[in-house]
Amino acid sequence: MSKINSDLSRRRLLFGGAAVGAGALLTACTSNEAAPTPAQTKAADTTGGGNAAPGTKVTIGFSAPAADHGWIAAITNNAKAQAATFSDVEFKSVEAGADAAAQRAALSTLIGQKPTVIVLLPHDGKELNSFGLEAMAAGIPVVNLDRAFPDARAYRTQIMGDNYGMGVAAADYIITQMKVKGVASPIIGEIAGMDELELTQTRSKGFSDTLAAAGFKVANRRAARFTVDSGQQEASQLLQALPRMDAVWNHDDDQGVGVLAAVNQAGRKEFIMVGGAGSKQAIETIQADNTVLKATVTYSPSMASSAISLARLIGQKKGMADLVELQVPKEIVLASETITKENASSYIQLGF
Amino acid sequence: MPGGRKRSWAGESGESVTRNLVLVGVLIALIVIGAITQPELYGNSTWVWTNILSILQLASVVGVVTVGMTFVIIGGGIDLSVGAIVALAGVWCTTLATQSYGAAGMIFTAIVVGVAVGLINGVLISYGRLVPFIATLAMLVSARGLAAAISGKQTQISSNTFINSIASSKLFGVPWLVYILAAVAVAGWILLNRTTFGRRTVAVGGNPEAARLAGINVKRHTMLLYGLSGLCCGIAAIMLTSQATSAQAAMGNLYELDAIAAAIIGGTLLSGGRGTIVGSILGVLIFATITNLFAINGLSTEAQNMVKGGIIVAAVLVQQFRFKSLTRFFARN
Repeated sequence: MSKINSDLSRRRLLFGGAAVGAGALLTACTSNEAAPTPAQTKAADTTGGGNAAPGTKVTIGFSAPAADHGWIAAITNNAKAQAATFSDVEFKSVEAGADAAAQRAALSTLIGQKPTVIVLLPHDGKELNSFGLEAMAAGIPVVNLDRAFPDARAYRTQIMGDNYGMGVAAADYIITQMKVKGVASPIIGEIAGMDELELTQTRSKGFSDTLAAAGFKVANRRAARFTVDSGQQEASQLLQALPRMDAVWNHDDDQGVGVLAAVNQAGRKEFIMVGGAGSKQAIETIQADNTVLKATVTYSPSMASSAISLARLIGQKKGMADLVELQVPKEIVLASETITKENASSYIQLGF
Repeated sequence: MPGGRKRSWAGESGESVTRNLVLVGVLIALIVIGAITQPELYGNSTWVWTNILSILQLASVVGVVTVGMTFVIIGGGIDLSVGAIVALAGVWCTTLATQSYGAAGMIFTAIVVGVAVGLINGVLISYGRLVPFIATLAMLVSARGLAAAISGKQTQISSNTFINSIASSKLFGVPWLVYILAAVAVAGWILLNRTTFGRRTVAVGGNPEAARLAGINVKRHTMLLYGLSGLCCGIAAIMLTSQATSAQAAMGNLYELDAIAAAIIGGTLLSGGRGTIVGSILGVLIFATITNLFAINGLSTEAQNMVKGGIIVAAVLVQQFRFKSLTRFFARN
């Protein structure tokens, strides 16, 4: 711990976040309520059956889309930073290129280099499923990140964010706030991410299902493109469509910068806004509590750090120390937690 | 199209007035559809006013890019890199180092980057003899790559209050962005219709060989046209950065398509030699109004894109139809 705190450089912060992320995963992956405490960092760091102690040398091949989006950038940075914390891990990264085909080509060269384990965030899980099968058949375990492979034989372990759960968490927060305010039939807006991605649809479904259970519905929904300018544009139009609004959920904190700009430019503040993903900027805004943004639901890129840790354990044929199992589990879905002003301080180090 | 070249400059504008009146009609029709589908919203005059401003703001950034694009297309070229130039200029002007020089430094940087990248396109096309499509396609890829590298793929928040206030400040109740669009459009109109530069642009786009024989330095002129497009992108980058209070390598995504589509709907001939600034701005306004119309009715963006595509096809079909009848007319005489 003291080592982490002694240095506030970017890399250390990332490492800190990664360590907390891994800790949160190891000790709290079943809990949806508990905020991470320093104890969880400690668990990942030193205790836990000596899993952190150097072991067999493991080569981890890594591939994630070379996107220009903050969240994906954080995925790659986290993976690199986490790999660097292990003296027994060699990290081989290949650029994923522009699309699924390019990523498949890059990954084939990776198979040729015979890494111990491959960690990848596929452009599209369905399109890269066959690659997973190929690598597994070649005896290289695949740890899939975030975008599910439909075929269970295509991966050794899958670690994913909870897209449906994000929608549920956002809706739950809004429902609670509306009850507190005594709004019986609220006007709710939604600014989604890229509509052609399945994850966007899943998020929206979780949101509308949960709202429906409480008797609420989405009055207007606009799909942006995970970018600030598209967020600003769609939000400005949504605000025109709903001259009065009680709450809005924006799927992604990166585009949320643009959404907040549109809200300020329109001079509107009669509603509450909930974000998504948990960027550092968003958590700081929530802490400052001077905008409509009152909460964000997590979808943390720390999952990349966890994936590297798990890949290392798989390579070393170890299990997760806190579980009884001798091996790493097949599938892990992170919980989507709600960050508010009250608990923001514990999450700020996880912000990307 | 042998007859197409015969028409005089004045004749062109006479025809374009008719075309622009048709576009104004389309715009009015869209507004009427809005009023019919959302009578409650349109019944509120305050809302109608803010909605008009919202549409104008939505059109402002793409509008500025479209003015530059119109010049390039009239001059016989195409610029696929405008969106990427907007992103690169925006990202460059929001790096911490640039931000430390204040608003003037940011504006200067964005414009210099825009013009410089535009001129690189121009040099590659004029002197390197690259096809505009290829040169600007290459620039599209590399400018975004550079923008991603400079920004470290992160969203760069602008902490400059002046830059951030451009989009939110108003003069006589109208946002500044709208004035900027108006200023660029008027400047573009004057440049195209009242200066030698404009006449040369039409000449170069209409028939480069004839223009060369007439003593126009076609290569230099073509290069300058791409520089002009880059300048517009630099201005647009500042506007977009102000609107989003930040810049990101992915911003300005697909602006090239929006700008080209707006110019074509506005009557600019894709093969060069003909086009008007007024038409292009009307094209941008039609797109913005459609987006607004779909948003206030809660319709999906997919449906909106399909309608946009349909409108582009319809506009080009109308143009072709016109040309067919023109060719027939000239063949008969």
